[in-house]
Amino acid sequence: MNQQTLLEFVRGPGLQIAAVVFVLGMVYRLLQLLLLGRKKNLATPRGSALRGGLRTMWHRSIPSPGLTSRGYITVITGYVFHIGFMITLLFLSQHIELLSAVLKFEWPALPPGLITITTIVTIAAMVTLLVHRFTDPVKRLLSDYQDYLTWILTFLPLLTGFLLKQGIGLGYQQMLIVHIITLELLLIATPFTKLAHMLTTFSARWYNGAIAGYKGIKV
Amino acid sequence: MSASLNRGVQAMIEQIDAPMATFFSACVHCGLCADACLFYTETQDPKYTPIHKLAPMRRVWQQEFTFWGRLLSKLGLSKPVTDTELSEWEPLIYDSCTLCGRCSLVCPVGNDIAYMVRKMREGMVAAGHAPQGLKDATRRSIEQGSPMGVTIVTLKAHIKHAEQETGLPVLLDREGSDYMLVLSSAEIADFSEIIPAVTRIFHQAGLSWTMASDGFEGTNSGIQIGSSDLAAELVGRIVKAAERLKVKYVISPECGHAYTALRWEGPNLIGRPYPFEVVHIIELLDQLRSTGRLRTEGLDNTRMTFHDPCQMVRRGGVIEQPRSLLHMIAPNFVEMPDAGMQNWCCGGGGGVSANSRADTLRHKVFDRKKAQLDAIKVDSIVTSCSNCRNMLEDGLEHNHMKLSVISLTDLIAEHLAEDDKQEAGKL
Repeated sequence: MNQQTLLEFVRGPGLQIAAVVFVLGMVYRLLQLLLLGRKKNLATPRGSALRGGLRTMWHRSIPSPGLTSRGYITVITGYVFHIGFMITLLFLSQHIELLSAVLKFEWPALPPGLITITTIVTIAAMVTLLVHRFTDPVKRLLSDYQDYLTWILTFLPLLTGFLLKQGIGLGYQQMLIVHIITLELLLIATPFTKLAHMLTTFSARWYNGAIAGYKGIKV
Repeated sequence: MSASLNRGVQAMIEQIDAPMATFFSACVHCGLCADACLFYTETQDPKYTPIHKLAPMRRVWQQEFTFWGRLLSKLGLSKPVTDTELSEWEPLIYDSCTLCGRCSLVCPVGNDIAYMVRKMREGMVAAGHAPQGLKDATRRSIEQGSPMGVTIVTLKAHIKHAEQETGLPVLLDREGSDYMLVLSSAEIADFSEIIPAVTRIFHQAGLSWTMASDGFEGTNSGIQIGSSDLAAELVGRIVKAAERLKVKYVISPECGHAYTALRWEGPNLIGRPYPFEVVHIIELLDQLRSTGRLRTEGLDNTRMTFHDPCQMVRRGGVIEQPRSLLHMIAPNFVEMPDAGMQNWCCGGGGGVSANSRADTLRHKVFDRKKAQLDAIKVDSIVTSCSNCRNMLEDGLEHNHMKLSVISLTDLIAEHLAEDDKQEAGKL
């Protein structure tokens, strides 16, 4: 297979397969969790589980008071990474071209120089988080192979995208193939790893808020 | 796999509902729960990280409920949970967790980790891995009616004293009363002055109330050890008595987990809603206050603070009422740092106080409460849980701190408006 054919495969069928695995996988994962169900609560409610769930889903994004230095590093670097990742993904003109073809609407891009800075900051945040995960005794105890694997899978699209745009390393077409493959790996892995937290964060917060809301407690 | 280990694993599987599976799936290993848990903050030992306490059950979830987990398990490539591991986890699940729920408040992805520990205990008990002290307390509860061996004989003796002291009747088993009071063993054994206190308060309020000779104990070791069957038996005694006496309300005492057991878990344990309502004694006192049926006089100028019992406040929802009551009589009331929802556990709830193996650790983590108290330099701590009272007194003594620990109900009763006190003198 020559390079051109490979490129057409990864940006065509390859991406489609990855996207389908991602969407169906996430649906499967969510259903797998939700369908376990909960026993009906026979205690007299004091408040509303529904309102509690809705509240905590969003309110939990505000960090709890009393953060330690571990907390500050995790929360601040964590937010910088997540926001930076989303900005790079959604506001680079080349990405918008691709996404708008699928979504059938488009939106303005950010200047490429700004995206470059965002990517660098995001990469720095990721490296900081990795070092912290490795050196902080609590995180080190909690971490398993999945934490490091998902870090690599998330890091590679950022790194290869940056190299691609800056024209560093492999030739443009080769780097593009690599970049797309790293994205496909990330998409396929997401439903089956902790990366699913992009959705399960909200359902977990929902349950937490609902359990408390039933008792009339705002969490 | 031994029979008991198998029972334990099966029990864990049964406990995995949608919230549990979602919590396991959502955890991103961020470690923020560690900084919310006083067992971690005061020891800096990573093994006390709340979500780490769930590690064996997480593997059960992975191996039984996820695609890759089941596949790897069938191929013999996964690490099954062992008896040794559960043995190792026993002190983490029982000695270093009071089910206080602070971790559940801070988890960024929303995991209710206290909910998870409660459920893992069901598996630990089924596998035979629970602390001896707690097993003994549970056995005494089932067989004798109380974890501390308190019986109706003890209660009747205290009732007699209460009637003599107040000049008011304390009626047992009065059918058709509106309210049925439940007490905790620790109150009957250590703080029986609660009985004359509520007698005078209820007299002033004109409350129709009684206690049941076969349903007066609210302490629920079944909840603490994590056995729903035993917890259901214990709460069932109160429910039977309340139904026999046809009361409208059951009053949950100054006890933390008794409220969780009776108000929130009870109907789910026995499998049906109650034909009566449950109200925490402090909720009731505040209702009486707001309707003018609880009248106080005089002030207590002591510089005092309130310790929030975890199960009553953060996990129970009775948060503002103690403050409203204290504001009637305590002009020098001050809040400690992190008061209210964020308050720190006394260190002895959730069965820890019944587990002497945990004493050293419990004394160590009292440093957190000590730090809160040092910051405000008070002379008294008021609280509404008899176990917290014992734990606070123990911790204060251990640290040579001269603060008095007071029950909120007792404090209110001491300040009941005089005309009612006098009337009470004439029987």
